[in-house]
Amino acid sequence: MVADISASFPARPSPADQIVARSAHDPGTIETRLRFWRDEGRKSLCCYLMGGMSRDWLDILQAISHGGANIIEVGIPFSDPMIDGPVIQAASRMALDAGATPATVLDEISRVEAGVPLVVMTYYNLLLKGGLSRMAKHMSRASISGSIIPDLPPEESAPWIREADGSGIENVMLVAPTTPVDRARRICESTRGFVYCVGTMGVTGERDSLSRTAREVAAKVMSVTDKPALVGIGVSTPAQAAGACSIADGVIVGSAIVRRVMEGAGASGVEKFVRSLRDAIDS
Amino acid sequence: MVMGDPGPGGKYGEYGGRFVPEPLMAACMELEESFRSAWADETFRFQLNTILSDYAGRPTPLTECRRLSQRVGVRILLKREDLAHTGSHKINNVIGQALLAERMGKKRLVAETGAGQHGVAAATAAALFGMECVVYMGELDIMRQELNVFRMELLGAEVRPVKSGSRTLKDAVNEALRDWVSTCETTHYCLGSVMGPHPYPWMVRELQSIIGEESREQCRQLLHGLDPDWVVACVGGGSNAAGTFAGFISTTANLVGVEAAGGAAISNGVPGVLHGMMSNLLQDDTGQVLEAQSISAGLDYPGIGPEHAFLASLGRARYETAGDGEVLVAFKLLAQMEGIIPALESAHAIAWVSREAGKTIPFGSTVMVTLSGRGDKDVAQVKDLLRGG
Repeated sequence: MVADISASFPARPSPADQIVARSAHDPGTIETRLRFWRDEGRKSLCCYLMGGMSRDWLDILQAISHGGANIIEVGIPFSDPMIDGPVIQAASRMALDAGATPATVLDEISRVEAGVPLVVMTYYNLLLKGGLSRMAKHMSRASISGSIIPDLPPEESAPWIREADGSGIENVMLVAPTTPVDRARRICESTRGFVYCVGTMGVTGERDSLSRTAREVAAKVMSVTDKPALVGIGVSTPAQAAGACSIADGVIVGSAIVRRVMEGAGASGVEKFVRSLRDAIDS
Repeated sequence: MVMGDPGPGGKYGEYGGRFVPEPLMAACMELEESFRSAWADETFRFQLNTILSDYAGRPTPLTECRRLSQRVGVRILLKREDLAHTGSHKINNVIGQALLAERMGKKRLVAETGAGQHGVAAATAAALFGMECVVYMGELDIMRQELNVFRMELLGAEVRPVKSGSRTLKDAVNEALRDWVSTCETTHYCLGSVMGPHPYPWMVRELQSIIGEESREQCRQLLHGLDPDWVVACVGGGSNAAGTFAGFISTTANLVGVEAAGGAAISNGVPGVLHGMMSNLLQDDTGQVLEAQSISAGLDYPGIGPEHAFLASLGRARYETAGDGEVLVAFKLLAQMEGIIPALESAHAIAWVSREAGKTIPFGSTVMVTLSGRGDKDVAQVKDLLRGG
């Protein structure tokens, strides 16, 4: 049961808005697992793969799981991926050219046992066109546990959250370095699964070093919520992943994996890389 | 109120809104707040109007087309945005946004461009205000509009070719938004049409409403206090049409937006979300955005400003289309009957009026057409097309 999320995001926050009733909900699979790992003193690794980008993408999905990922984010390709950098843009194009659609990606996923919770990452137009209710049910049938829709801000998200909650899909929301703390608090109250801390002001992609803003955004999020906080965008090496895990509950790595798939690393190469990320954050 | 302030949510009925990733929310909110305060500030309005008159050549005239009117059987008046500085209505918007950027302390402008008109205007405003300017332009459009690329560079802007997707306006917008995500603290995104996330559709319509306000008064002077029966403008994203319609929304004039047949978001699109807004969108069965196809790079856009989608749903404005062939005929017609070479975009409006005179538009009606820009930029392309190149 969801209160009207957008009602807690007025354009001009008044002091009264800061006392938003915490919407009671049962934590879903993702949040429960992430909290469990945190209680065990472990850090979480979330890896991204573009659905349908190569013939062997399902093998790679399983390799990511074997390599030690705790969550896998599966991209559904969109023609206009606004927040994505060149690597994931190219992967979207490859997947679309290979005929991937939301339905084919979800149907293919349901054929494998990933072994870890899966989160769909895609853009809102695909959900709108597919029908919010139908898409939520399709995700649920494909054993998807969560969704990340970067172009769906909390103000506009109530219709999707209603359907997602109804189908047991945990909708993950983003907090950015530029998000004011009051707004961050309200986002953290509405998010399910975890909080996606945008570590860098920019599009998805690899960077030479972990951004200074990653630390700030993680600190901001952890000061307003005890929900699990994962840092993503601009995290690409084992050392950066370990750095991100020293300030948050876990880390999200995307472009660095997708690039390896594009370069032909194959399932074994990707598994090796994921294992290096795992080892770095566990050590 | 139709064509009023859409409020903090930026909604026009079910359309509009602000569908941007969280990193851009603060920038959009800051922009909305700054524009709201500037627009209510008499000093800002005075500064803007002074630049528009002393620099950009406003007010632009209203021209009665005597020979063309006689030929088609309706009385045609042209609002001459082609005579504004840089050759199109785009200057109205960029001067306003550059003045606002200066007020917000931003030193860098990014812009997207299709035909190059908005890019040239943005580069011009950046030069005037001493700002850095980066213009994103689809590779395909760069080939179609070589001269405008050189113009932007002459004006000191950097033109970055966009190689992704359809390599046209849609992808240039994506790339400009991506730039803005990482630079919004120092950079203003100078969006060129009544599209994108709130407050852009509202802000750009307000900045372009000078077209409608001037032309309404000019029409009343010419028509002894009366308003035209029909008001027609071409629509890509729809900024010249929005600015024009704003001046006539409370009159009884029939409002008509003319889209390119290959980019007709109202006629062929369905509601969807792209570039931060909910509006009508050309898309396939699964929600992938389709590429628009038009002779005119400026109308090569699969969406349309959300307020146009709303006006269409209300029935307050109607949206028609013109095909490439009739547009070329209209391009030549206006040149030969009136000595005015229109932009290919604007020629869509002329094409629809000359096709529908005596049909949809009863003979003897008075029709005001916004001529959004001049055709110098298109002459090379039209030469190739007419000579079968």
